[in-house]
Amino acid sequence: MGDRAQKSLFDLSVARKVQGTAKHSPHAPLSATEAAPGGDGAVRTVGAWLFSARTGGVLLLAAIVAILPLFLPNKFYFDVAIKTALHAIVCVGLNLLIGYAGQISLGHAGFFALGGYASAILTARFGWPGLVAMLAGAVGVGVLAFLVARPILRLKGHYLAMATLGLGIIISIIINREIPLTGGPDGMSVPALWVGPWRLTGPITWYWISGVTLVLAVWLALNLVESPMGRALRALHGSEVAAETTGIDVTRYKVLVFVVSAVFASIAGSLFAHAERFMTPVEAGFLRSIEFVTMVVLGGMASIFGSVVGAAILTALPQVLAVFHDFKHLALGAILIAVMIFMPKGLVPTLAALWRRRVG
Amino acid sequence: MMRLSRRHVLAILAAGTALVFAPEAQAQKPIKIGSFLSITGPASFLGDPEAKTLRLYVDKINKEGGILGRQLELVIYDSAGDAKQATTFARRLIEEDEVDIIIGGSTTGETMAVVPIVMEEEIPFISLAGANVIVEPVKKWVFKMPHSDRMAVEKAYEDMKKRNLTNVAIIGGSGGYDQSCRKEAHAVAPKWGIKIVADETYAPTDTDMSPQLTKIKNTPGVQAIFGCGFGAPTSITARNWSQLGMTNISFYFNHGVASQQFIDGAGGGAEGIRLPVPALLVAEQLPPGDPQREVSLNYIKAYREAYNQPVSGFGGHAYDGLHIALEAIKRAGGTDKAKVRDEIEKTTRFIGTDGIYNMSPEDHMGLSLDSFKMVEVRNNTWKLIE
Amino acid sequence: MAEFLQFLLSGITVGAIYALVGLGFSIIYNASHVINFAQGEFVMLGGMGTVFLMAAGLPLIVAMPLAICVVVAVGLILEKLAVEPARDATVVTLIIITIGASIFIRGAVEVTLGKDFHRLPGFSGDEPILIGGAALQRQSLWIIGALIVVVAGLKWFFDHTRLGKAVLATSHNRIAAQLVGIEVRTILLVSFGLSAGLGALAGILTAPITLTKYDIGIMLGLKGFAAAILGGLGSGFGAVAGGIVLGVIEAMAAGYVSSAYKDAVAFVIILGVLFFMPSGLFGAKGAERV
Repeated sequence: MGDRAQKSLFDLSVARKVQGTAKHSPHAPLSATEAAPGGDGAVRTVGAWLFSARTGGVLLLAAIVAILPLFLPNKFYFDVAIKTALHAIVCVGLNLLIGYAGQISLGHAGFFALGGYASAILTARFGWPGLVAMLAGAVGVGVLAFLVARPILRLKGHYLAMATLGLGIIISIIINREIPLTGGPDGMSVPALWVGPWRLTGPITWYWISGVTLVLAVWLALNLVESPMGRALRALHGSEVAAETTGIDVTRYKVLVFVVSAVFASIAGSLFAHAERFMTPVEAGFLRSIEFVTMVVLGGMASIFGSVVGAAILTALPQVLAVFHDFKHLALGAILIAVMIFMPKGLVPTLAALWRRRVG
Repeated sequence: MMRLSRRHVLAILAAGTALVFAPEAQAQKPIKIGSFLSITGPASFLGDPEAKTLRLYVDKINKEGGILGRQLELVIYDSAGDAKQATTFARRLIEEDEVDIIIGGSTTGETMAVVPIVMEEEIPFISLAGANVIVEPVKKWVFKMPHSDRMAVEKAYEDMKKRNLTNVAIIGGSGGYDQSCRKEAHAVAPKWGIKIVADETYAPTDTDMSPQLTKIKNTPGVQAIFGCGFGAPTSITARNWSQLGMTNISFYFNHGVASQQFIDGAGGGAEGIRLPVPALLVAEQLPPGDPQREVSLNYIKAYREAYNQPVSGFGGHAYDGLHIALEAIKRAGGTDKAKVRDEIEKTTRFIGTDGIYNMSPEDHMGLSLDSFKMVEVRNNTWKLIE
Repeated sequence: MAEFLQFLLSGITVGAIYALVGLGFSIIYNASHVINFAQGEFVMLGGMGTVFLMAAGLPLIVAMPLAICVVVAVGLILEKLAVEPARDATVVTLIIITIGASIFIRGAVEVTLGKDFHRLPGFSGDEPILIGGAALQRQSLWIIGALIVVVAGLKWFFDHTRLGKAVLATSHNRIAAQLVGIEVRTILLVSFGLSAGLGALAGILTAPITLTKYDIGIMLGLKGFAAAILGGLGSGFGAVAGGIVLGVIEAMAAGYVSSAYKDAVAFVIILGVLFFMPSGLFGAKGAERV
């Protein structure tokens, strides 16, 4: 799965690769996403509706979010869960861009950090209410993404990677240098989030906030993927030229997805700032952007739920590997390589395909 | 609260934490010391010797019978200079490892990110990071060991003043350690009658600082340069300074460069550079009566024996933090968090590698300016100049 | 004037370093269209390897080729064990594999050689050469010289050797290359070995200036990638030009604009160039394949 969407990523190169290897996977249906055929018969439609990714998947995710606290023994686990959810929100948005629109971004940590710092600065230095600051950050990031989207998305493959990387680095440098505003490399404290009379602090409260936001983000993303435009683009096997000849405004779709993914990152960043009550420029760094992309690819490109799984694994892994002390980086590198060799399409699509084969 | 579900630990995470729960057969529970340090990443020059020092002394004290008849148990995590990881590890230390005290936080960012957590969970926390903001304003549960950046700057300015150097250019990196020093360098300049005439920045990954130094060279009236930084870029800066023939302008650094690596990395270019260092680095040159001489020499000997490496000034922070914590636990007669906190605050005349600590409810660091020693690089080593 | 000259000389020195690293990206890109994120690690391994071989008592003249051989071996192993098995995966998957490899190599060096930074002595002394009031490091001449030799060597390799032509042919059309009997696997192996060796050489030549450390590859890799992109991917001349331009921009920005924002200035200019020249300064402007 995801094969078609991936093809447009790094257009030239992948096109050549496919020629060379000529190894097309048979068209397996896109997990549950495509499993909902047109309705013949009300019963079947209801069944399809319930088991489609959009509803069934979201319901399943909501159920996991609701039940998980029963299994989390203490605040440390809640802390990991919160960070997982916030990373997952970024990755779900990023996967729309990478997996579905076929465009890479190595700069999404920049959007995450802009959202976080917007919340931090507007609440701490200007006394804005938290939710307004968060909204302002999201709008600001959305506008920025919209403005740069057209020139940037004209670029192909590695040039696009470089441009988004550059954008992220510029954001990171500005955050690092504008010390009176951002506190510079040492970071800045962020006030707790107030919503009406409630002061939202503590890992358990934040677990619910980030969990619910994640479910919303996944639901929104699936809707976008299933929108007529998203569907049309996928139906055309991710080929821009083919899409354009049938009258689909590919650029508009790409810009839209870029803006949506940036806004997702911004909101996750704002939530992160309030949950941690601290922001540092490390969050804007180039390595963070790479981390987000790795989460997406590890979980599975063009698999929204893959992004959640990828985020969970890469967030929890450092905690698990901590017992290896000095050898943790060796282990992390080896795990990444092994997963990508044996599951080149990512965890969720590979496992889903295995499952389907076994079930029949 | 969630007692019922305690057993249902997520399999993956449990695997990671199981090893930490070394079941203790002894009747007496061990005293648990938790730590998160930048053992890797850009600040590993701080975290690596700090972690080694903690391990060394916890082993040593355990062999000697422990404290209050109890053994020590040390849990260290590598936060890699990343505040996000630091907060997760702090939670883990408090909730999962149930440590009695936290000694750690190599960088200011990591420390400050963890402050809300230790304040909320009410656990004593001794930071090993440099910036004044950690203890100003005083935070009930937060203490800090090393000299502040401000003290390093003031010590250097004091020396400049003695030599009538008043027009100063700053050069430093863009990282947290450097910026904190730069901020203080601007802030205290007027107090010492220093005029900052230029301020140049380099990125921590830069490989040639000649453009920045050339600008300083061409700034009229520069009498001295003050460098803020650590690691490879400082060695490069020193070498470029001598290559550009700028040795007629005196060069000072903050204590971030106080390691032999700095001198070696400069390849002879560091001759004549002055900086304030903890007494530790010039322990052999201290007069026999100096109270810090003995403790420093002992530390140097133990560290060399254990790791076969020269000491840097930074491992000493961990030595001081660990011993101040243990003294406080001894005086408190146990690990009651509130009592230990009160006792740390009462630390007086504790002789550490970084100086003599006198804490109070108003001062959670407790060092004075004279705990720094001024040195000059001569013949590829430090020479005490006081 | 002396000031401008100093900025220019510094810029060229740093730019030559970026160029040497950027060339490694271009070679692997040509053969596989993969951006090898472990390229910076080859550079680091070259420098660190030489430092430790010299510390073990070997003279530079022996340590240097030995270190290069070791790094070439690492490159070949990386290709054999990590890239080759995933040959049919998408480019993005391959890139993540190279990221995994870079984390792995850094981790291995961190554990075995430690986290301290080290310096190699300049090949012909550390006294700078004075030109019109500006100082030029002697080592810069070695780097620039090596750059010229490497570019000429690569040109000869691609134009005049069977293997080089095979690499180029594969880069242009993989199926056609296979049809005329070129073993694509060998080509990949050669390109990884070549760029690993080139990276190691870069790491050794630059260590007297940049110093070397287990994590220096992150930065050099990033700047080398930027150089290769700015010049136009796949073009050796482009990588060199991109590197030098990037280095000079950084030095001029530090000198005349603001040293705090010099990297931002450099990236703004790269973005600007890409907006107007989407294939970099000297990149192929070939038609897009559908």
